[in-house]
Amino acid sequence: MRPFTYQRAGSVAEAVKAVGSRDDAMFLAGGTNLLDLMKLQIETPAHIVDIQDTGLDKIEKTKDGGLRIGALVSNTALSADERVRKDYPVLTRAIQAGASGQLRNKATTGGNLLQRTRCSYFYDTNMACNKRDPGSGCAALQGYSRQLAVIGSSDKCIATYPGDMAVGMRVLDAVVETMKADGSTRSIALADFHRLPGDHPEQDNVLETGELITAVWLPKPPGGRHFYHKVRDRASYAFALVSVAAVIQDDGSGRVAFGGVAPKPWRVEAADAALGQGAKAVIARAFADARPTEENRFKIALAERALAGVLAEARNA
Amino acid sequence: MKFEAPAGSNLFDRSQIVGKSTPRIDGPLKTTGQAPYAYERHDMANQAYGWVVGSAIAKGLIASMDVSDAQSAPGVIAIVSAPDTKPVGKGIANNAPLFGGPEIAHYHQAIACVVAETFEQARYAASLIRTTYDRSQGAFDLAKVAPDAPLAKGDDSKSTLGDFDAAFAAAPVKLDARYTTPDESHAMMEPHATIAAWEGDKLTLLTSNQMVAWAKQSMGKILGIDPANVRIDSPFIGGGFGGKLFIRADAVMAALAAKKAGRPVKIALQRPLIANNTTHRHATIQHIRIGAEKDGKITAISHENWSGNQNGKNGEDATLQTPKLYAGANRLTANYVATLDLPEGNAMRAPGEAVGHLALEVAMDELAEKLGMDPVELRIVNEPKMVPGSPEKKFSDRNLVRCLREGAERFGWSRRSKTPGSMRDGRWLIGMGVAAGYRAGPTEASGAHVKLDADGRITVETDMTDIGTGSYTIIAQTAAETMGVSLDQVKVELGDSRYPKSSGSGGQWGAASSTAGVYAACVNLRRAIGEKLGFDADAATFEDGSIRSGNRSYKLTEAGALSADGEMTYGDFKDDYDVGTYAGHFVEVGVDAYTGVTRIRRMLSVCDAGRILNPLSARSQVIGAMVMSAGAALMEELAVDPRFGFFVNHDLAGYEVPVHADIPTQDVVFLDTLDDIVTPMKAKGVGELGICGPGSAIANAIYNATGIRIRDYPLTLEKYLSEMPAVA
Amino acid sequence: MSSRAQTPAKASPPPTMPVSFTVNGKKADLKLDTRTTLLDALREHLKLTGTKKGCDHGQCGACTVIVNGERINSCLSLAMQHQGDEVTTIEGLGMPDDLHPMQAAFVKHDGYQCGYCTPGQICSAVSVLKEIEANIPSHVTGDLTSRMRPTNMEMRERMSGNICRCGAYSNIADAMAEVAGGKA
Repeated sequence: MRPFTYQRAGSVAEAVKAVGSRDDAMFLAGGTNLLDLMKLQIETPAHIVDIQDTGLDKIEKTKDGGLRIGALVSNTALSADERVRKDYPVLTRAIQAGASGQLRNKATTGGNLLQRTRCSYFYDTNMACNKRDPGSGCAALQGYSRQLAVIGSSDKCIATYPGDMAVGMRVLDAVVETMKADGSTRSIALADFHRLPGDHPEQDNVLETGELITAVWLPKPPGGRHFYHKVRDRASYAFALVSVAAVIQDDGSGRVAFGGVAPKPWRVEAADAALGQGAKAVIARAFADARPTEENRFKIALAERALAGVLAEARNA
Repeated sequence: MKFEAPAGSNLFDRSQIVGKSTPRIDGPLKTTGQAPYAYERHDMANQAYGWVVGSAIAKGLIASMDVSDAQSAPGVIAIVSAPDTKPVGKGIANNAPLFGGPEIAHYHQAIACVVAETFEQARYAASLIRTTYDRSQGAFDLAKVAPDAPLAKGDDSKSTLGDFDAAFAAAPVKLDARYTTPDESHAMMEPHATIAAWEGDKLTLLTSNQMVAWAKQSMGKILGIDPANVRIDSPFIGGGFGGKLFIRADAVMAALAAKKAGRPVKIALQRPLIANNTTHRHATIQHIRIGAEKDGKITAISHENWSGNQNGKNGEDATLQTPKLYAGANRLTANYVATLDLPEGNAMRAPGEAVGHLALEVAMDELAEKLGMDPVELRIVNEPKMVPGSPEKKFSDRNLVRCLREGAERFGWSRRSKTPGSMRDGRWLIGMGVAAGYRAGPTEASGAHVKLDADGRITVETDMTDIGTGSYTIIAQTAAETMGVSLDQVKVELGDSRYPKSSGSGGQWGAASSTAGVYAACVNLRRAIGEKLGFDADAATFEDGSIRSGNRSYKLTEAGALSADGEMTYGDFKDDYDVGTYAGHFVEVGVDAYTGVTRIRRMLSVCDAGRILNPLSARSQVIGAMVMSAGAALMEELAVDPRFGFFVNHDLAGYEVPVHADIPTQDVVFLDTLDDIVTPMKAKGVGELGICGPGSAIANAIYNATGIRIRDYPLTLEKYLSEMPAVA
Repeated sequence: MSSRAQTPAKASPPPTMPVSFTVNGKKADLKLDTRTTLLDALREHLKLTGTKKGCDHGQCGACTVIVNGERINSCLSLAMQHQGDEVTTIEGLGMPDDLHPMQAAFVKHDGYQCGYCTPGQICSAVSVLKEIEANIPSHVTGDLTSRMRPTNMEMRERMSGNICRCGAYSNIADAMAEVAGGKA
């Protein structure tokens, strides 16, 4: 871990200014991913701005009947919130499917969106990785890719976004609220927040230097029945091979997003429209452009079968 | 004391303490964090921190190493680098070089160690070392090199009996199948760790090692010093499973770094290094052929096995159980070892047998299916009278049939549907599976020093280790029983090479051997007491702190302070016997009809391992081994990248081992047996028996649930998803 | 092959800062390299080695401690993040002559083998029962709006961030059930 100076920001404005004023500074919230990566010298900030005192730890009702979730709300607190459990259970389910109790106590809403890939080649600094070291190549493409992306990837990178929470948020049409280094704010639909790798896999998302996630907005509750089905080899504390987040209405319509398959929570709105026709039709649309490796081709069939299970459960409700 | 004839009756037949469930005497230390593991010995003054750098290539040469930036980084005290160090020697069972010189034999081989005032400084400075390599080609793909692999070195790598080929050809029912098991990682929770300190030419290693006497000898060889100048201290070990049987890079680097730094150095191997830097269980390819009569009687059985290792040495011999388990007049076993340039393979819990069962016990299930027989009955039909592969040998005490029958009864085996894929619970396809288990019950010479103090308290000193097996407690029980004192009057000191040499912990021999050694020392102490007080100790009764001899009685305290050494060794009579432990394993699984995910619903193991010294901790050994076997069956695999020759998923996120949620309920039953060929205690180990079979029972249960037979471990869903029934 | 070029911070000493928190009720005032994790502050500076380092990357749970009433992985937390916090470690739950009920239950049910993951398991076990009492849901919770109960599978799921390679899971579950039952 590279030596760094440490600062606690007392406000969001102070934090974004502190990070935005130099090119080697990073925000620190829970730290459950950042410190892991710093220990391996995958992240090498020279200055750390700890934002825990910025007051972003509240969940508030919004005027249009939704929720504004502060970026520092912990995964545990968000999943346990009565309003979330009642009105957005897909989010509670998604969060509780991820990581461990200890990590969820520390991990934050904003930090979780910024969780980096768990690709083994990204993690091993002896290996070529365009995400870690732009231009070095991608050792994963022809390598051990069972866990990696089947869609949305490029010939520069096949990393997956590993999280669960964001997959749940994706079917809820969540919006990310940020503050830039100059103090201005903006709202970014979660759909547009994570980038596909293309030629620049080093950029996971659209945030600018010094831009801080301040909150996530959920629109008013979507109703329907909520599901989060995560498929993994071991029963807990493992990243998804495939996960399915779905909100299914009584008439069979709904929304569906997939985790563990792409560099971002994977939702194709046109595929939602096929929900009434069953899992096969949804997958045909959602994974039309899939480019799996031999090792991870199974994920497409697995996604279809996992969705079929969700739809069967929805029908039997 | 030499054990030269079957035990006969002795004081353990009336035991008050041995054989009773006893909470661990070290439990309060472990549960409060007060048990000191190797890296935690702050009692050693002036420690500096070491950080190990691993090779970035799997095979080749270090072309250059620039340590100048690291050397000038803040806090750096010393750097030991491979190019500047003569290759160290090899200790016991080291195949790959541990350190020194430009040659790289495997990925993450130690190439440097940075010593600094703080952990943070050492870690950062290590990142400033710049190394270039000349990479050379290596053999990394077992399947590719296996066909040309030679038989393993040694006499017993191929064994035949009768005429396998003819009998197999003539058999009315045949099974012929290939199985593969992957490389596996011990993944013990405590990383390999050592604090090394020099005083002149004397070296002290506070380390985490299962075999203290081997470690002492090995360090002498590795460093080219007199082993008498090496002290090993390993009182608490955070898991080993075979991964800490031998000296590894932590100890070597700490010793070299401490010498160079001129002060004690502490090192814990970084978790991401462990899978490639240390040892692992070798992958295997296994070919099994069994021919049987229509009544199920096996007439021909062949088990061939291929694995690979550095220098083509010491592979994983998965055939070990096959000459022991089932009858059959015509037999063939063969074990081939290829040369691979992957990291070094070596012993992991029940080496050979753990993965041998994953194949053999599935083959038996497949044979039962072909015969239309119940798989429990098939095994019982083939119960041998003499050791099948060595008919001149007798079994010391074998109750496998009881294990299977009692297990079937307790598990509700009769409720299993014979038709695969026909039991369902909601979205779950339900299946039950069975496997037999065999693991040898070896003994090794083991010694101890026992002291009686003036207050009548007993202290046992031996270099035996407790790797979680419960050695502290069973040794205390043995001493208490033999000396006739209560358990709280006994203190046990382990793991220090200054104490008498013991069996150490490995191969499931520790419990039987070390307690026998303590018994031998206690018998000598009793005799010393008898001599001092004037009675025949061997005829006396030691009980409740008193001694009765004829119509006289003494208080133990009357003897004053006394001590005795003792060692148990073993006579040739054992060679006439096969001493084994046996189990019947039963598992019920659910397979998600949609996703193919397998989840265990319940597990039962019925075990026959002679006297169970401490049923509480013995049960823990078995449930723990069942968990590890479940991991092998369902998820564990070190993924090989054959382009670069390394294990890719080299941390605990990438290499998944079972978690709490994977194991809903487990049950263990010990048959109440006595094996008077093994030791005077009539007790055998169980630590490895529990990993011989449960994984196969899981595989067989998956077949029973789905009708799909997968022969390549781990049984992850992508291997059978396409064969699962369609879902709407 | 080479990782990103680093400019070494030439012999200038790494930044250090003061930090204060309480550990097991006792105030700790430390001056630390900013890179020091809470785990290393406990183990190397305060010499409280009950908290274990199994992986140093949040993958095993051996380093679990309780901070301000919630369990966390102390390896993935900088000491600097804990200014003013209240940290409870295994040593604060109980000592050999005065065991916490959970520690005593682990001894009774043999909820460990090698003992290395044990302090983390116990810190988690104590916290899990509190999390169930606090009605925090889990992955295996059926009805999210009903009261949480310490069932076998609820406890096993919630304990899954603490790996025990010795495989003492079933005994840990028995120990927890005894403590949970005693509370009811």
